[in-house]
Amino acid sequence: MSEVILELKKLSTHFFTDQGEIPAVDQVSFRVHRGEVVGVVGESGSGKSVTSLSVLKLIPDPPGKIVSGSILYKGEDLAQATEKRMKNIRGNEISMIFQEPMTSLDPVFTIGNQMREAIRIHQKVSKKAANERAIEMLKLVGIPRAEDIINEYPHQLSGGMRQRVMIAMAMSSDPSLLIADEPTTALDVTIQAQILDLMKKINQEEQTSILLITHDLGVVADICDRVVVMYAGQVVEQGTTREILKDPQHPYTQGLIRSLPKLRGKEEKLYTIPGTVLRPKKDHVGCRFAPRCEFAFERCFKENPELYDLGEGRESRCFLHAEREGKRLEDATTNT
Amino acid sequence: MTTYIIRRLLMLIPVLIGMTLITFSIVHLIPGNPAQVILGEAATADAIAQLEERMGLNEPYFVQYGQYILNLLQGDLGTSLRSNTEISKEIVPYIAATFELTFFAMLFAVIVGVNAGIISAWKQNSWFDFLAMLFALIGVSMPVFWLALMEQWIFAQELGWLPAHGRQDSRDPIAPITHLYVLDSLIHLDFARTITVLKHLVLPSIALGTIPMAIIARMTRSSMLEVMQSDYIRTVRAKGSGQFLVIYKHALKNAMIPVLTVIGLQTGVLLGGAILTETIFSWPGIGRYVYEAINYRDYPVIQSGILVIAFIFVMINLLVDILYKKLDPRIKY
Repeated sequence: MSEVILELKKLSTHFFTDQGEIPAVDQVSFRVHRGEVVGVVGESGSGKSVTSLSVLKLIPDPPGKIVSGSILYKGEDLAQATEKRMKNIRGNEISMIFQEPMTSLDPVFTIGNQMREAIRIHQKVSKKAANERAIEMLKLVGIPRAEDIINEYPHQLSGGMRQRVMIAMAMSSDPSLLIADEPTTALDVTIQAQILDLMKKINQEEQTSILLITHDLGVVADICDRVVVMYAGQVVEQGTTREILKDPQHPYTQGLIRSLPKLRGKEEKLYTIPGTVLRPKKDHVGCRFAPRCEFAFERCFKENPELYDLGEGRESRCFLHAEREGKRLEDATTNT
Repeated sequence: MTTYIIRRLLMLIPVLIGMTLITFSIVHLIPGNPAQVILGEAATADAIAQLEERMGLNEPYFVQYGQYILNLLQGDLGTSLRSNTEISKEIVPYIAATFELTFFAMLFAVIVGVNAGIISAWKQNSWFDFLAMLFALIGVSMPVFWLALMEQWIFAQELGWLPAHGRQDSRDPIAPITHLYVLDSLIHLDFARTITVLKHLVLPSIALGTIPMAIIARMTRSSMLEVMQSDYIRTVRAKGSGQFLVIYKHALKNAMIPVLTVIGLQTGVLLGGAILTETIFSWPGIGRYVYEAINYRDYPVIQSGILVIAFIFVMINLLVDILYKKLDPRIKY
């Protein structure tokens, strides 16, 4: 496979709150290769957003802190990088777009002002050149009347347009990796499809790797090459999109897929996974999904399952695989 | 923007009419005969009749009001009973004195308050934050007259650094042009005098500016803290901006919107004349002008003084509304 752009190795981000230490991201490992689109899926509270924010070290500190593990970007460990180096990385090497296009742009500055700022932080160019670059980027993401839009304020644009502006801004310094944290969640379905198409186009034309955070398996099926499924701060399963959707191994992933509405389904009532995501605790014993799992047996409540390597980059965190003589994995990332 | 200002100015008309109605009524709401009240118990019937004639008190109310408005429109604020001079001329130096004092008090309040608020929010829960907010709390709770007296005692009496009274050295008065002495002395190119005038401004400005400063500091801090949590600040960080750009460009402009309201209101209050401060520092401002008029039952001066103060207040609010629009493009009226 091609060059590894991003590799998380046992990354743990904990929040230190009045209620104690919360391991929001617990020993998460996965890779993103050049030109690849990797989806991170999970319910709210699964730690997927915190994982993505950790990569750029944008976790509000306090209360959040990266406690261990490494974030290898082209071999450089960002977990150890200085704030000065991070400023250079952010928006330049790794860009990020967010869930809420309505509130992610500063309401009191024009689109042009914010885009020129993004460009001039990383490129030593004149204001005029930055302006031209901004217009060029807006056209690239399919914004009509880019020359006018650049002088408008965010509230004058629709949600879809704002997300396009966010993408244009994120792409303005040709990053190697684009992190998209639920980029389509706040948009209506037709606009969602347009934004996903735009991201596909960027991925194919610019060879930009994309780390897509989402709770929507439909989005995953549409755009992702590989999927990482997270539950309560841990990776519970990963593999190629095709395999995961066709043949999910972990009971949680199976539940997620079963709870999708089917086009020709006969069931009246949609399947739901019972219960809610448990809030991870530091000294949790047992599988975190066990309380909601229909296959849970005694061992699930007594021991913490490791990730089992199922071959060809597939991993699943479930004791059921031990029964099926799955090979135990020492380091989740070494065999990918 | 221009249409917005014009619309906003048109909206002023009913406010101004309301204001004149109230000031007009002042004289007529006094129990008994206004002329009697003005002249006092011992006045002769002749004198009362004369004054009634002079003030037009014999006419029907609406004629009197019409005359009052007509006079106002011509810039005629009436004549002071005490000094027998035109109020519109007499009032100018008082307004100038208050304006100058307010300007420097608010300059102090805004510069210190906003920066203290920013740093407190930036270094939340640090020793600076703790100390600044403690001082802000003391600042809002402290009586102005006490602070003024303490200042005079320490800096004028004991240390002798700064003058305690008046706007200038009374033995060497300035030849006024605008009655704003700092400006006047600069026009005269008399810089030694500028220093003297500024020295006179220091203590009253601090006394008057302390409460607004404390309010502004607290307001800025809480507003900044709220803005710093917002999604767009995260976006700015994700772009790779440094902390300075995040705070002084994006966070500040957004956080200033509520702070501007406070600044506007406080400026209006100070421009209305701070009678306590003006009295303690012998500052010949509008507050003292009206206060003395009340003592002498100089009703035309009271009327006009209140009208002028109200007018200034309304104008400051108009200015704030225009600045809102500059700060926040989303605002529509």
